[in-house]
Amino acid sequence: MSATDTTDAGIPVAPVYAEADVAAGLAERLGAPGAPPFTRGPYPTMYRGQLWTMRQFAGFGSPEDANARFTFLLERGQSALSVAFDLPTQLGYDSAHPAARADVGRVGVAIDTADDMVDLFDGIPLDQISVNFTINATAPIILAMYLVAAERQGAAPADLAGTLQNDILKEFLARKTFIYPPTPSLRLSCDVIEYAAGALPRFNPISITGYHAREAGCDAVQELALAMANAIAYGEALVARRLAFDSFAPRLSFHFATTMDLFEEVAKLRAARRLWYRIATERFGATEPASGRLRFFSGNSGTTLTAQQPLNNVVRSTIQCLGAVLGGAQSIHVMGYDEAYEIPSEEAVTLSLRTQQIIALESGVARTADPLAGSYFVEALTDELEARARRLLDELDAAGGAAAAIEAGLPQRWIAESAYRSERELASGDRPRVGVNVYASENDDAELGEMFAADPGVAERHAARTAERVAARDEDGCRAATEAVAAVARDGGNVMPPLIEAVGAGATLGELADVFRSAFGEFREPQLW
Amino acid sequence: MSPTRVVLAKPGLDGHDRGIKVVAMALRDAGAEVVYLGLRRTPEEIWRAAVEEDADVVGVSVLSGAHVALAEELLAERARAGVDIPLVIGGTVPAEDAEKLRAMGVEAVHRVGTSLPLVVDSVLALARERTA
Repeated sequence: MSATDTTDAGIPVAPVYAEADVAAGLAERLGAPGAPPFTRGPYPTMYRGQLWTMRQFAGFGSPEDANARFTFLLERGQSALSVAFDLPTQLGYDSAHPAARADVGRVGVAIDTADDMVDLFDGIPLDQISVNFTINATAPIILAMYLVAAERQGAAPADLAGTLQNDILKEFLARKTFIYPPTPSLRLSCDVIEYAAGALPRFNPISITGYHAREAGCDAVQELALAMANAIAYGEALVARRLAFDSFAPRLSFHFATTMDLFEEVAKLRAARRLWYRIATERFGATEPASGRLRFFSGNSGTTLTAQQPLNNVVRSTIQCLGAVLGGAQSIHVMGYDEAYEIPSEEAVTLSLRTQQIIALESGVARTADPLAGSYFVEALTDELEARARRLLDELDAAGGAAAAIEAGLPQRWIAESAYRSERELASGDRPRVGVNVYASENDDAELGEMFAADPGVAERHAARTAERVAARDEDGCRAATEAVAAVARDGGNVMPPLIEAVGAGATLGELADVFRSAFGEFREPQLW
Repeated sequence: MSPTRVVLAKPGLDGHDRGIKVVAMALRDAGAEVVYLGLRRTPEEIWRAAVEEDADVVGVSVLSGAHVALAEELLAERARAGVDIPLVIGGTVPAEDAEKLRAMGVEAVHRVGTSLPLVVDSVLALARERTA
């Protein structure tokens, strides 16, 4: 069988589909848009009612640098923000930490204090603009700083909209921005969800993510199963706290990749909604329809983009964005065409945003909900992806659920083996990639325009400013507030209320991450390789 | 002839390890013995392991853009420790930075987009040069 006879995930595809290829009972499997099992989308009118949120992931350098990029995007019609944090911020180090030096401000913005968060959103009304935070191990601290920044603007918590990624389990699979061992990490994630369920009615306190495992190498079926397994793990942990599933489930959100295999990706996104509805109702006994109504963000796929002939990436991203729209995404990020080289230039992010705007306003695909419903092929593929994902979910259940499977290294092996297989297929030419293994050319870099240039002085300047702010704070008040965080970390209870006090009193991200390091220890990844 | 020995590691804070694991698997399939040290390894840990493992080549992967600063730290520590094992860097490295890294003393740089067989051949060739 040649590669073109199967989908990216290896599902065989026939040359043509007919009515007989779709199993009986389709109407029940579909429902109406906005109605169980939500296969056709979470809302009755979908994009006729409201376009998806255009949310380009952005951030670098100091809070002022990132603020300037946010303003640049908002001026060009972006409808919400998505903050990229630098690795020291993601891993609980202040900019002055010796381990942080090389990475300050590189892949995102450097945040040490609540004052930095105030600077980050200077001039941006937080009760009007929804904000996504790609943050996990330090998510409770970042949320606390955001709440302090919003309060200083005079924004009411009830008006804050946005999403905190806060899916720490998937960090043990991919990207690996864990700090603490899995069990206390899961506790911190759940503290955030529990706190938000009462205090932040418009905020999504978690974005349960298949995306990172997919980008690390796994296929669409594995992506579905891993996201659902993680969602089950959070659901079970919260129910174990005696929270009613219906009290937090409506605010759970998801995050999937959209890659190049257009119909498989659309089918995957449709299958995801049906899978979650069944899990919510059958496993957790949800009674509120909103508890089983999956909403998701889609970041397109960076790993499908090539360093060779980089302008080709504009075309790839367009197809991926279209896939996310046909799959019913609530918000979308389109990759910059230059991401194989650097974080995107202003030109590249503008083109990403324009890609979304052209699809939204010119292509007509936003006119009708779930336009591919009833396609023999898409329905057969949706059913097949759902069935295959359920089988993998059974495997993960048999391994003891997401956390136990991760500890045993099971999904890590899926991911690494799939990544190696696709790389071998690229090398052999079995997996065509234009400009790479077919229609390749010389001197590819010449196609790139001006690239982003990082500021080498940012680490030193930012560390100096944090030092000034630390010197100016009320040290006794800050110490008492930090000790209150330590007490809750040690003795139990929700860390969010004391964290909000501590960051308000000037405690730094690194200091608070160290409080949790003392309480929980640090995780060292077992070497399976 | 004994098999080529390669120590691989992720320096800095970047956790994107798809590439380095793929390279590890490809090198093993090509007959090399590979020790992957994992994430967030310091220069001291990397060169100490390289000496202990009798490595012919050390390979690191950086996708955070911090390759120049991390290469400075790695090369300084290699010199301080008096080690003569070649260093290969892979990752999201712009063309001009690749030149800079080579000029600094990194023996080979593989930018995003380099084919897997080329990476494997380059590592094995560096090992052969060293043992020749």
